[in-house]
Formats: sequence, structure tokens, C-alpha cells
Amino acid sequence: MIHLEYILIISAIMMFAGVYGFLTRKSTLAILLSIELMLNSTDINFAAFNRMLYPDGHEGYFFALFSIAISAAESAIAIAIMINIYRMLKDISVGKLEKMKW
Amino acid sequence: MEYTILILLLPFLSFLLLGIAGKWFSHRAAGLIGTCCLAVVTILSYMTAYDFFTMPRTAEGVIEAMPPVVNFTWLPFFAEGLKFEMGILLDPISVMMLIVISTVSFMVHIYSFGYMHGERGFQRYYAFLSLFTMSMLGLVVATNIFQMYLFWELVGVSSYLLIGFYYTSPAAIAASKKAFIVTRFADMFFLIGILIYGYYCGTFSFDFAGEARGFAAGGFMLPTALLLMFIGGAGKSAMFPLHIWLPDAMEGPTPVSALIHAATMVVAGVFQIARLFPLWIQYAPDTLHIVAWVGAFTAFYAASVACVQSDIKRVLAFSTISQIAFMMVALGVCTEITTGHEHPGSLGYMASMFHLFTHAMFKALLFLGAGCIIHAVHSNEMSAMGGLRKYMPITHITFLIACLAISGIPPFSGFFSKDEILTACFAYSPAMGWIMTAIAGMTAFYMFRLYYGIFWGTENKQLHAEHTPHEAPLTMTVPLMVLALITIFCGWALNFGSYVSADGRDYQIHLDWSVAGTSIVVAIVAIALATFIYARDKQPVADKLASQFSSLHKWAYHRFYMDEVYQFITHRIIFAHISKPIAWFDRHVVDGFFNFLAWGTNALGFEIRGLQSGSVQKYAFVFLLGALLLLFIMII
Amino acid sequence: MNSHNIMFIVLAVFIALSSFMTVLTKSIIRAATYLLFVLLGTAGLYFLMGYTFLGSVQVMVYAGGIVVLYVFSILLTSGAKDVVNNRTKKKVFFAALLSLVGFATVLVVLLKHGFKAAVLSAPEEGGITIDSVGRFMLSSGQNGYLLPFEAVSVLLLACIVAGLLIARKR
Repeated sequence: MIHLEYILIISAIMMFAGVYGFLTRKSTLAILLSIELMLNSTDINFAAFNRMLYPDGHEGYFFALFSIAISAAESAIAIAIMINIYRMLKDISVGKLEKMKW
Repeated sequence: MEYTILILLLPFLSFLLLGIAGKWFSHRAAGLIGTCCLAVVTILSYMTAYDFFTMPRTAEGVIEAMPPVVNFTWLPFFAEGLKFEMGILLDPISVMMLIVISTVSFMVHIYSFGYMHGERGFQRYYAFLSLFTMSMLGLVVATNIFQMYLFWELVGVSSYLLIGFYYTSPAAIAASKKAFIVTRFADMFFLIGILIYGYYCGTFSFDFAGEARGFAAGGFMLPTALLLMFIGGAGKSAMFPLHIWLPDAMEGPTPVSALIHAATMVVAGVFQIARLFPLWIQYAPDTLHIVAWVGAFTAFYAASVACVQSDIKRVLAFSTISQIAFMMVALGVCTEITTGHEHPGSLGYMASMFHLFTHAMFKALLFLGAGCIIHAVHSNEMSAMGGLRKYMPITHITFLIACLAISGIPPFSGFFSKDEILTACFAYSPAMGWIMTAIAGMTAFYMFRLYYGIFWGTENKQLHAEHTPHEAPLTMTVPLMVLALITIFCGWALNFGSYVSADGRDYQIHLDWSVAGTSIVVAIVAIALATFIYARDKQPVADKLASQFSSLHKWAYHRFYMDEVYQFITHRIIFAHISKPIAWFDRHVVDGFFNFLAWGTNALGFEIRGLQSGSVQKYAFVFLLGALLLLFIMII
Repeated sequence: MNSHNIMFIVLAVFIALSSFMTVLTKSIIRAATYLLFVLLGTAGLYFLMGYTFLGSVQVMVYAGGIVVLYVFSILLTSGAKDVVNNRTKKKVFFAALLSLVGFATVLVVLLKHGFKAAVLSAPEEGGITIDSVGRFMLSSGQNGYLLPFEAVSVLLLACIVAGLLIARKR
């Protein structure tokens, strides 16, 4: 008996693990990994809602699909930026990026 | 007579052309453009005068003002009633002024060719001259008081520009600012007067007959408005105590002094009163006599100062003030509009306009002559002159003619106009008549003192050896001769009274020999006195008098310390006790408040900028905290 | 207790543990590896739901593409030696507190809402097939996704250009 709640709880665990990682990690790449976790948890939610609440529809399915494409794009750009920063600063920890506030 | 619009347009176009593109013209071309425009304007003015005065008169023999030949509504303030029109009004005095202005201006344009030869800014000079001429012509043909005010201010501006023409000289800058500020100060009263007038009478128009209902409604406010307007006119016409700018204005080029500060602009105040004369005489005759007494005092004051000045242009400046005061007096002594010859209650009007006409000619001649002399000896001081008659015969003769005219010796023009003024004064009150006769004597005295000081007396050999004085070039002497001819003939050859008189009817000028004889005698005595004191090489009498009455001489020489009084009032009283506290208030309280606001914002920014740490994790933390709080609020 | 349920429990435990390890491990390269496990587990969930195409996309794009990209960039920038340490105690405490409180809140919301007894049934045949996905993607009608599809294609193009522009050597 797999209830909808169970799947949602798993995705919530994933989500808040990502939040914790985002807030504590020092390396920007690790922060990006945490973001991927969070994105993934939302994808699960989309799919689960679609599958269990509206089995005849397919909106959630396609949302998850497009979300994957977008997160792929996002991480590609993010990694390009990180590599650029690494070239300039030889370090990619977030503490070094505070200068960007000016 | 729609072509009269060209009289205004041509100088304006010439101003635009020379002002914008002047630096690409050669001096010669720029001067020719300005002068040719003025020549056309002069011809048009004479045509206008011919057409106007040959028009048929009405049955009573009155020359009527034409309905405005050009007229359009510029600013309709209200749907009905008050509106601001622009147009050209032709009536006897405006046509007369057109002739005066265009003639003198044309002469000055020609003269400036020689006088300003090779000066830096020659094109600019001609541009300003054109602007001034346009403004002055616009002033006299104004159809309403507001248009008059507009051109009045334009005249002030162009006068400012021309006085400050030598803008590298600090004295010229100070003089131009002084002239502008003093006349602006007076114009403020003029404007207030216009507003009161417009508010109470509901019209700005000079069509007095058509708006009679409005003037009656004006009631007691009308004399007040007229008096305020007179203050504005007193500022332009250099009446005491607003005369202080005129002597300093002599810092400008001499032809400018001839045009503006002798012949045209300074008579604007007289013209203004003449223009509003029907109102004065009908609604404010008592106030009009204030004008007369102010004029009489100014005439006396200026004449006494002129007796001791050593700078020839200053002597002429004070003489101008004195002569304009004569015109003011003549207007002021009018009591009613009369038609007959027996009771000359409004003779002064005609006399004033006549004197305005003749004075413009001979005073322009005097100034231009002074310009020739300054051109020759490169100094304004009488000490640098003396004995110049041998070197400059034409200047000498024309200057003498002008001196005789201003002194009131027949048959020169000044005699006739001054005689009419004196007749009017005697008709008003004998006291006024005798005062003005005495001042006329003083005029003769100081003019001949000037004349002898320049052309006779001790020659400054040392100075003349370095730089031999020479007669001025033809461009400068021709205007002198033209003006001298006018001065000789216009008194008796021109029947002025049949063109310009208070009621518009033909007035035959006839000499009252009891008055004329007295004034001739006084003038001759004064000239003889001046000859006795100043004509010889040594001047023991003058020196002795100066030392005997040294304090009086010193006071007069320093113009009775009027400038110092102004300095005291403005600096010590107004600046120190009114302006400074206001400035302090502005700087510390008003500015302080806004500075405090700025400082407060700045300080607050410094305080809270720590929040902008740049650490993305802190931002995320706060963001999530906020999101959680919102979530709490929503589920509770 | 059928095989379906057992599979779900295994996947759930696997995903939860891997998520924790992703954020708790000290080495960044290990974190990336654990993330890979999480993503594979998620793909397993999709399969369990019968969304086979979505699951395979998850494996191919996420596990096969993105994570490999991360591993490369980690090795390029710092290598395995980048140890994620010096977390201050205070920071960790507050982050953990916030996460726990957030999780608890979400949990309460989920459980209180009471979804209508939805139970995951065994995937039936003829659900969303690759064929129907293709049709939906390229149709523009009521159930069509042509516009987002094109938008995503433009986005990816822009992304390629931007990635080149940003990462090129100057």
C-alpha cells in the first residue's frame, strides 16, 4: 500500500537535505549539488501528483520533463561560471565571492 | 500702412543675422548690414510720418490716432475683457518718436563706423545696436501698456549689453550691472502699477476713449497705479533718486551714450507719461504735480552737479538728466486739456514733446561731438583737452551750435522748446517758472564751461605733443553736420505744435516775449559768466571760488554723495540687517533641514549596509526563514 | 506485502540515506557520488510509477550527463582534495534547525491535508508511452506542448552559447 504521502515525505526529506547542504556547504560546487537535490525533489512531486491524483492527465509528467531540461541548462551555465571564477581566484568557496556585492 | 511692421522687423532680422552669424562677416560687411537696415527703417519712418500727418483731419481739426494698423491677440487672459495684444499704434507722439529714434539711430550707425573702427566685437556691437533700435521702436508704437512693458524690458536688456560692451573692463561691467539693477528695481513698480491698472480698469489698451467706463471704475486706485508707473518711468529716465545709473553708464562706447543715454531710452519715461497723459490729466491731476516737483528737483540737482564735473561725458550725462527733468516738469505742470491759446493748461504736453524732439537731436550731437574729442585725445578728462578748436574745426563748430541750442539762444531749436516749457511753468505757478528759468541759466553756464574747457583754455601741450589731436574721419563728421543742421532749423522751420498737441488740434507756437526775453537774458548772462571765468588760459576766478566754497565744491563734485548714500542703504542697512539674516536662515535652517535629511539617509545607509553581506548563504537563510514564516501564517 | 511495496521501501530508504550522505559527507567528490545514487533512486521511483520514459530521461540526463559534468568540474577546479570542512558550529546548528523546522512544517501540512485515499497501483499497460510523449510534445492543441518544447530548445541554444562565452579563455 503505497500512499501518496509516503512519496511526498521522501521528496520532503530530499528537499530539506538540500536546504541543509545549501546553508552549510562552503564550496560553491557543493552548493550546486544541493540545489540539484532540491530540484529533483520537486520533480518527484510533479510526477507523483500526476500519477496518483490525476492519472488521466499528463501535465505533471511534462513539467518534470521540462524541469529536467531546465536544470540541465542551469547546471551547465553554473559550472561554466564556476570554472571562470576558479580561473580568476583559484578558489571557489563562497566566502571568496562576497566581493560581488559591490 | 501695414508697411510699418517692417520698421520693427528689419532691425530684428539684422540683430538675428549679426548676432548668430556675425563672426563670419567682416567688420565692413556687418556694419553695412546694420546701417542699411537702419537706412531703410529711417526712410520707412519718414514715409509713415508723411502719410500720417497728411491724412485728413476731423471736422474739429483734430489729428486722430489711427486704429492699430497691425494687431493680434497674443495672450487672452480671460475669455472676455483682459487680453494681451501686440500691434502697432500710430498717433502723433508715436510717429514723432519713430522719426527721432530712427534718425538718431541711423546717425549713430554711420558714426560708429568711424568710432568703433577696428574694435574687437564690431559685429556684436552692431547686433546690439539693432536689437536696441528694434526694442525702442516697439516701445513707442505699443498699442497697450503690456506691450510697452515688454519692449521696455528689452530696451533695458539691450542697454545693459551695450553699456557692458567693453566687458573686459571692470568699470564697464559694474556700470552695466548698476544700470540694469536700478532700472529693474524701478520696473518692478511699473509692473505693479500695470497689474493694478489692469485689475481695476479691466484693460491694458491705450484706447482711452473706448474704455472710459473701465477708468471710472478704477476709482482711487488709478492715481496709485499711475504713480507706480511713473516710478518705473523715473528709473528709465533717471529722475532723482533713481538717476545714479546714468552717469556710470557712460562707460559704454560713446555712440551708445548718444543713442541710448541721451536721445532715446532715457526719454522712455517721459514718453510713458505722455502716452498715459489723458488718464493723468483726467483722473490724477494732483498726482501729476508730484511729477513736476520731482522733475524740478532733479533738474536743479543735476545742473548743480554738472557745473563741477571734469569728465566731459559725465557733464553731458548730468545735463541729460537735467534736460529730461525739464520734460517731466513740462508734463507735470499741465492742469487740464484746453483748446484755446489763451489758457495754456495743456501747453506743457506739447512743450515736453517738442523739447524731447529737439533735445534728442542736439544732445546726440553733443555726445557724438564728445566722441570725436575722446577719439582724438584718448581721454575723457577735461584736463587732457583745451585749445582743441585749432585741431578740430568741424567738431568745434557743431559742438558750439549744440551748446547754444541747449542754452536756449535763438534761433537754435533748444530756444523754442525751452521757451514753451518755461511758458507752461509760468502758467502753472510763477515760482516754478522762476526756478526753471534759473536752472536754464545754470544749463547755459555749465555747457559753456564745458565748451571753453574743451576748445579754449590752456592746451595740454605735453599730451598733445605725444599725440597730435586730429579731426575725425568723414563717417564721424557727417552725422555731426546733419544733426547740427537739424538743430539749427527744426526750431523755427518746423511748426511742431500743429502736429503734436494735447488735444490733437493745430497749435500755433507763438513766443511769449516776456518769458522768452527773460530766458534769453538769463542765458546770455550765464554764458558771459562762463566766458569770464573759463575762457582764458588761467582760471583764477574758478580756482578761487572752488577754494572759497571748498566743501560745497567737493560735495557737488562727488554728486552730493548720492552713490555713497545708496551704498550705505544697500550695504549697511539692507544687506547687513535684512539680507544677511535671511541668508543665514536660508543657509542654516532651510538648507540645514535638507542637509539633515541627506545626512540621515546616508547615516542610516551606513548602519544597515552590514546586512548586505554578499554571503549568498545568509541571504538564503533569511529568505527561507521568511518563507517559513509566511507558511506558518498561512496554516494557522 | 507484494514486490511492489518492497521495492518502494528499498528505494525510499536508499534515497533518504543517500540524500543525507550527499550533504553530510566531507569530500565533495563523494557528495557527487551520493547525488548520483539519489538521482538513480529517483529514476527507480519513476519506474515504479510506470513513467518509464521519464525514468530513462532521468538516468540519461541527470545521472549520465549532469553528474558527470559535476565530477569533471570538481576534478578540474579542486580535485578530490577539496575537503568540505571548517563549518562553524553555529552555522550548522542554525541550518539544521531551520531544515528540521521546515521539514516538520511540511510534514504537518502533508498529513493534515488528507489526500483522497490515493494508493499507487501497479502500472497498467498503455499509460504514457514514448509514442504518446512524442505526439504531445509536437502538437499545439489542447494538450500540446509545442510552445514549451520550442522555448526549451531556444533556452538550451542560449545555454550553449552562454556556456562557451563564459568559460572560454580570454
